[in-house]
Amino acid sequence: MGNSPVLLTVDQVSLNFGRVQALSHVSCDVREGEILAIIGPNGAGKTSLLNCISNFYKPTKGRILFEGRDLTKTKPSQIAGLGIARTFQNIALYTGLSTLDNLMAARHIHMKSGMLACLAYWGFAHREDLRHREVVEEIIDFLEMEAIRKTVVGALPHGLRKRVELGRALALEPKLLLLDEPMTGMNQEEKEDMARFILDAHELRGVTLVLIEHDMGLVMDIADRVIVLDFGRKIAEGTPEEIRTNPEVINAYLGQEHI
Amino acid sequence: MTILRPAGEFDESYAYDMATIRRPWQWAALGLLLLALYTLPLYGSQSMVSLVNRIAISIIAVQGLNLLTGYTGQISLGQAAFMTVGGYISALLMIHLNWSFLLTLPAAALGAGLVGLIFGLPSLRVKGFYLAMSTLAAQFIIPWFTRNAFRDALNGAQGINVPVPVIFGIEFNTPQRYLYLTITILIITTIVASNAARSRLGRAFVSVRDNDLAAELLGINPFKYKLQAFFLAAVYAGVAGSLMAHHLRHINSETFNLTDSVLLLGMLILGGLGTNLGPFLGAAAVELLIELATLAGPFVSTYFPAAAGGVQALRPLFFGFTLMLFLIFEPRGLAHRWQLIKASWRLRPFAR
Repeated sequence: MGNSPVLLTVDQVSLNFGRVQALSHVSCDVREGEILAIIGPNGAGKTSLLNCISNFYKPTKGRILFEGRDLTKTKPSQIAGLGIARTFQNIALYTGLSTLDNLMAARHIHMKSGMLACLAYWGFAHREDLRHREVVEEIIDFLEMEAIRKTVVGALPHGLRKRVELGRALALEPKLLLLDEPMTGMNQEEKEDMARFILDAHELRGVTLVLIEHDMGLVMDIADRVIVLDFGRKIAEGTPEEIRTNPEVINAYLGQEHI
Repeated sequence: MTILRPAGEFDESYAYDMATIRRPWQWAALGLLLLALYTLPLYGSQSMVSLVNRIAISIIAVQGLNLLTGYTGQISLGQAAFMTVGGYISALLMIHLNWSFLLTLPAAALGAGLVGLIFGLPSLRVKGFYLAMSTLAAQFIIPWFTRNAFRDALNGAQGINVPVPVIFGIEFNTPQRYLYLTITILIITTIVASNAARSRLGRAFVSVRDNDLAAELLGINPFKYKLQAFFLAAVYAGVAGSLMAHHLRHINSETFNLTDSVLLLGMLILGGLGTNLGPFLGAAAVELLIELATLAGPFVSTYFPAAAGGVQALRPLFFGFTLMLFLIFEPRGLAHRWQLIKASWRLRPFAR
């Protein structure tokens, strides 16, 4: 794993909101095919880092390179086209659309029908819809969402919405998938299901994963490498085993008295 | 709401699953409905035919507004202004260049669409109520323009007389004949609107409405699709405006006014935002309500002579009150009620 090429480089990124330093000089690499976990206490800057990568925020300083391209100089709507997808901490689905249409909407960048083709529909746009429907159905099968295919997402419970959001991100066929707390608010069983889906997506679809998660046991189980943030600084980086025994991490994250 | 299917009906292909009209009886019902509409002049009274004409034209305008406000989530109070643009363009091209209606209608649509595009530009920066206010500007600027600019051609506040459309030698000079025109165009606009809704375009529209930030990260440029929605809405308004102008044979700056813009938005909300059925139900309900309020006038004055003087004032009162009750008891629109009725029919006899 250590030898695979670098997919994403975060180079000395700082992010300020006024005088609040959300991130200061954070650097890290994401290697192709790995699962990288970002952990840290609340307000450590984990989501800020993800937002910088997905171009939601513009870093005050530093560069973010994805396959050699500087993301800080790219428009937000072009990020998906480069092969980066993400999910959100507070689920950002299209609540008025069905599960199926949410996934179909994510095929947008892979489809070509323009306005006139869509208005005429029969012919090119129809055939294109059918083609992409097959891709989407594969993901629906994969995530076991057949039963909720035509249910409007607004009517789904939290756990299923999280799964639909993962499905929507996978429908983009990304190279890099950013997951912001994919398991918040889930019970043990749902968490295990989700972990299985994430690992399957990683293995079967070859997606590189960056995930933020608070469940330590889970992070230690599935991550290849872990980055620890605290007050906007990176305080440690290494394999789960190294992180588990790193005194600074124990001090900052788990608390001095804990272990 | 779970999707309920009649027992024994299976989707054997994605194409069948995606089809709008699925069963033979649905084709038959559609055929009967169209037959009833096209033969209406044979058995319907003049006023009834006129009413259907008016409803059909309103539906077209509301369909456009539905693409913009219902699907894309951009509130617009300028739909009637774009109808004015369409009406004038169509009339002027016919008067001065002697174009056929078959050419002036698309020209009116395109012209109105381009003007709509201009008034869609603020949507880059403003949302919600603020955008509604900026579309309101169209409602002031365009009528002002027709009153004050090019007085030779537009004839100021008096407006201009609009010629009768002639297609293949047939003069559409009576409401009965005009009905064939409006229904045919309504069929086309309905097909186009439903195509827009179910395709890549419609999904992009709803993405922008439901979560424009997520849409952007999924590769959908919100501004691009907002502009396309503004364009399409104005194209529909242009078609409706042109049809109405040729129907009334006269157009001035007040033919389509702010009240009409509000009314069109009211029709859409009443019918159901973001549904294909909404514009039909909403436009029909509101036009019928207006008709009913007008009919109620003489009735009131016959039986309550003392109130006769106030009847004119009662009409908007009756109309506004009914609309209010509708919104309280049917806030998600008539189309949603129709969905519920269908669902309970399929669950019969287990649901009431």
